[in-house]
Amino acid sequence: MRPIDTRIIRTIQETPSTRTFFFDVSFDDAQPGQFVMVWARGVDEVPMTLSYINAITVQKVGDCTSHIVALSEGDSLGIRGPLGNGFTMPEKDERILFVAGGVGSAPLAPLADRATSIGASVVSVLGARNSDELIFEERFSQAGEVYVTTDDGSSGRCGFVTDQLLDMDVAMFDHIYVCGPEIMMYKVFENLRDKQVHGRAEFSLHRYFKCGIGVCGACCMDPTGLRVCKDGPVFNGLQLESSEFGKYKRSACGQKISI
Amino acid sequence: MVNVTGLDLKNPTILAAGIMGTTGAAMIRMVKAGAGAVVTKSIGPEPKIGHSNPSMIQLDCGYINAMGLPNPSYADFVDEIRIVKEAVDVPVIASIFGGDATEFVQVAEGLGSADPDAFELNVSCPHADGYGATIGSDPALVEDITRTVRDAVDVPVWVKLTPNVTDIVDIGKAAQRGGADAVVAINTVRAMAIDVASGYPILGNRFGGLSGAAIRPIAVKCIYDLYQALDIPIIGVGGVSTWQDSVELIMAGASAVQIGSAVVDSPYVFRHVSNGIERYLDEKDHAGIEDIIGIAHEMI
Repeated sequence: MRPIDTRIIRTIQETPSTRTFFFDVSFDDAQPGQFVMVWARGVDEVPMTLSYINAITVQKVGDCTSHIVALSEGDSLGIRGPLGNGFTMPEKDERILFVAGGVGSAPLAPLADRATSIGASVVSVLGARNSDELIFEERFSQAGEVYVTTDDGSSGRCGFVTDQLLDMDVAMFDHIYVCGPEIMMYKVFENLRDKQVHGRAEFSLHRYFKCGIGVCGACCMDPTGLRVCKDGPVFNGLQLESSEFGKYKRSACGQKISI
Repeated sequence: MVNVTGLDLKNPTILAAGIMGTTGAAMIRMVKAGAGAVVTKSIGPEPKIGHSNPSMIQLDCGYINAMGLPNPSYADFVDEIRIVKEAVDVPVIASIFGGDATEFVQVAEGLGSADPDAFELNVSCPHADGYGATIGSDPALVEDITRTVRDAVDVPVWVKLTPNVTDIVDIGKAAQRGGADAVVAINTVRAMAIDVASGYPILGNRFGGLSGAAIRPIAVKCIYDLYQALDIPIIGVGGVSTWQDSVELIMAGASAVQIGSAVVDSPYVFRHVSNGIERYLDEKDHAGIEDIIGIAHEMI
C-alpha cells in the first residue's frame, strides 16, 4: 500500500519526552499490537504501534521521532498499515496480566481498553524511570488493579517490574502481555520461564525495519529467521526461547549490537 | 535435482539476492521452505546502512524498492554464510558488489573462507551511485570485473544483469567474454512513485527499482533475447510467484528461476513453485527441466 495521508487533529504531551498524536484517519481493522509505518516526508519512516485506533504515541529517540514529536495540529504524516500480527485477543472470563515498561505501555493500552470492554479480569504492572515518565496509568486502572514501579521510587514501588512480579503468582493468569525496553522484557521472560508460564506470554519486539512488509529480511531473528515485521512484532514466549531475544539485535547495516 | 554451472540445485527455485538474505538464519528458513539454492544479500567492502526509509512500497502493480545496498561488509558477513552452509545441503551463492574490479575481488576473497558455492556479481542495482547498474550498463567494465573475479576465485561466477540498458544482450555478451559461468536476468526496472497528497517521491532515495508481477513480461523478453545470443546458462528472475510464471521464464531460456518479492506472503512459495514445475513436467512427459529450457524459440 501507498502511505495514507493522515492529518494530526490533536496532540497530548504525555511525558516530557513523549507525545500522542491523534489522526483524522482511524485504523478500524487494526488489532492491538499491530504497527504502522510512519513517514515524516523528506525525513525517514519508522515503525510505531498504535496507542489508540487513530493515534500513535511517540518518544523522542532519533532523528525521525524528534521530527515527529515537534509536529502539531494540522501537520500531516504518511502512514502505511496496520501491519504485522497483534496480540492474541483475550476472552471474557480470562485473567490477564499486563507488564509494561515506559512507552511500552502504548501498544498494550488498546488491549487494556478491549479487556475493559469485554469485562476480563486484569492486573497491570507498569514500570517507568520516574513518575513523570509513567503513561496511560488511567487506562490500565479502568481495566483493573495496577501496580506501579519506578526506578527512583517517585511513584509506586521503588524498583523494577520484575521485583513486583516476584511477589505475584504469575501462574494464575491465562494471558501475559509484555512490552517495554528489550532488557526489561527479557528479565520478565526469564522470570516467567522459571515458572514455566512463558508459553502464556506475548512480547512485542522492536527491531530495525527496512521494508516493513516482510521482504528484505533486515529484521529476521536468530535462529528461526522469523521476521519481526511480518511474523511479529508480537511473539509468544515459546518462540523466543534460545533466540537472540535479550542478547543482541542488528543495526541498519546488519551488524550485531548487544542488547 | 537441477545442475546449473556445475552446482546441484535441489530444485530449480533459488532465493533472489536482497531478499531474506541478511542473516544465515533467514536463508536457512528459505531452504526449509523449499528453496533449491539461496543467494545472499549483496555484500560489499564496507558496512553500509543504505538509503533512508521508505525503502520499499507495495504498489498496485508490484513493489518499488531502494534499499541502497545495506550490508555489514564481508568481514562481518562471512559468519552468516558459514551458518547457512553448515545447516543446509543446497548451494549458497554469495552476491557481491564493489566500486571496481579490485573491490569485487576483495569482497570475493574475503568471503572465500566460508566456501560459498558461487558468486553472483551485482552489476545491476538500479539505485546505488557508483555501484550496481552504474557499472553494469558499461560492457567494458562488466567484462573487466567479470574476468578479474573469474581469475581470482575457483567457483562459478554468475553475473546479474540490469534491464535498464538499451540492449541487455550487449551486457550479457560482455559478461560471457569475461568468463561468466552464467548470467542472471533481470534486476529491478528503474521506477518511481510520488505521494499525490504532498508531491514527495515516496522512496527515501526518491527513485528505485520495480519488482513483482509487473516486470515479468520484461524479464521474459530479456531472457528470450539472451538465450538466443549467449552460450552460457541464464538464470531467470523477475515477477515469479507461481509455477506457471517459472515455466514461462524457463521456456524463454532460463535454466533455473530466482524468486524474490513473492516471499512476502509465504516463504513456502519455493515449495509451491518447485512442486508445480515437477507436476507440469510429469504431466507433459518431460524427462526434466532441460526439455523445456528455451522451448519457445522452437515454436515458430
